[in-house]
Amino acid sequence: MSLVLTHARYQFLEVVRVPIAVIGSMLFPALSMIFFVVPNAGGDPVGATYATASTVTFAVMMTCLFQYGAGIAEDRAQPFEPYTRTLPAGPFPRFAGRLLTGLLTTLLSMVPIVAVAATLTEATTTPPRLLLAAGTLVVVSVPFTLMGLAIGYTLPSKAALAVAQVVFFPFAFGGGLMSAPGQAPGFVEAVAPFLPTRGSVELMWAAVAGYPVDPLAMAMLAVWIVATAALAVWGYRRDEGRRYT
Amino acid sequence: MSPPLAQAIEVTRRYGDVLALDRVSLEVGPGELVGLLGPNGAGKSTLINLFTGLRKPYSGRVMLSGLDPRTPMARRHIGVAPQETALPGSLRVGECVDFVRAHFPDPLPTGELLERFGLATLRRRQTGGLSGGQRRRLSVALAFVGRPKLVFLDEPTTGLDVGARHELWDAVRAFHAEGGTMLLTSHYLEEVEALAKRVVVLGRGRILADDDLDGVRRMAGLRRVSVTMRAVPPLPGLLKSSAEGDRTHLLTADADRLVRDLVMSGAEFRDLEVRQTSLEEAFLTITGAESGDLVPAAS
Repeated sequence: MSLVLTHARYQFLEVVRVPIAVIGSMLFPALSMIFFVVPNAGGDPVGATYATASTVTFAVMMTCLFQYGAGIAEDRAQPFEPYTRTLPAGPFPRFAGRLLTGLLTTLLSMVPIVAVAATLTEATTTPPRLLLAAGTLVVVSVPFTLMGLAIGYTLPSKAALAVAQVVFFPFAFGGGLMSAPGQAPGFVEAVAPFLPTRGSVELMWAAVAGYPVDPLAMAMLAVWIVATAALAVWGYRRDEGRRYT
Repeated sequence: MSPPLAQAIEVTRRYGDVLALDRVSLEVGPGELVGLLGPNGAGKSTLINLFTGLRKPYSGRVMLSGLDPRTPMARRHIGVAPQETALPGSLRVGECVDFVRAHFPDPLPTGELLERFGLATLRRRQTGGLSGGQRRRLSVALAFVGRPKLVFLDEPTTGLDVGARHELWDAVRAFHAEGGTMLLTSHYLEEVEALAKRVVVLGRGRILADDDLDGVRRMAGLRRVSVTMRAVPPLPGLLKSSAEGDRTHLLTADADRLVRDLVMSGAEFRDLEVRQTSLEEAFLTITGAESGDLVPAAS
């Protein structure tokens, strides 16, 4: 266990030493709050709360896709990765440390969003709901973490970065993260339930404001989790098989 | 009797269609300093990858003190410096050492390790900002963090200048003087001659020679005839000739005959000298390699 924390600590150090990565994942969601949410829904408590939850989901997805997808693919290309396998520890501490680092980075990217929501909008929620939202955040990070792992373990680093970028926008837009519940253009409303972003954001909405979730979106979210998990496991095994057997 | 620190028994390893190791058996006992020589693609790194648990043999067994290297337990007493310098660029020198230290039960104090490898003044520097030589030195130093019994160094001094290389040799010798065991690969024959007591020559996945330094030199059974002369006439039994300043070195299996033929040819020469071959020449003969595969160290 202490080795997991050691790996997490040094991986986190590596992340924060490249400030642009941290600034990117903290600044981008904060800016989207300031430019889109504050002027459009800032004055409406319900709208602002929903929009904040959407931005939170957006940030979780972005952090996971890039942190895991691009990060793992890049690490796989570095000689340090096989070197750590010659140390007296199995692959588990490094992997678990990576997940902890990802979760911590995701939580960090929440700080500016919540700060903007609390100071510049009328968004409100109750302490129990906020706590519920924090728990939901961990749940919501699952499909995106798996997606990131799948990208990171199956693709070379340049391709992984491109795929993360390509995946991220249609998922955000198509899942209805850019608009209030029920306010997205018709075709978005039609495809949204089939995207993992929709199920995730509905869970966030439900946590902060009691939104009634759509069973179809929940079922599809489960399907996405199973599918991305299968892809991630396959990718991880393939990578292990190629490089460490 | 305790099992050897490192042992390979009839080990075979393929990569697709390429046979990297072909029924290789090797034992490394306590206190040995073994030099692993071979041209590119001979299987040196594959053998090290098997010993350090990165790869599995297809057939045969690999063991560290009787344990499978793929179990973390077995790797508690080894240290590894991979061929490619492996450092996370954004971590500081001291942090890299501390990270590796966390994996071992009784590691060397960070300061002592850095002192030993001449890195003490760089402790606060990020590894990405170090020179190639400094990074290489740190990468080798990390192999010694866990007070290993056995160290694997894959081309440890590639990219180091002469001074840095000699400093690193001193650290290696100090480790050996304290009873440490080492398996070392190198492109610099001078390095193997300077450090190793025992030389294992690997070629096309097989062990071609396994002996002490003199034994390997003898095995080639070659002599080097050196003369100063303008043009070398055609001589039967001449394997290779090379020029060094005004001297010409002639490599042959039968020095007596070569000298006789040289005299009979009537060509003018002076300062005749017959010597045992260098490790490089022996190596080239044993492996049948091109000399371009090896870099005789310029010192």
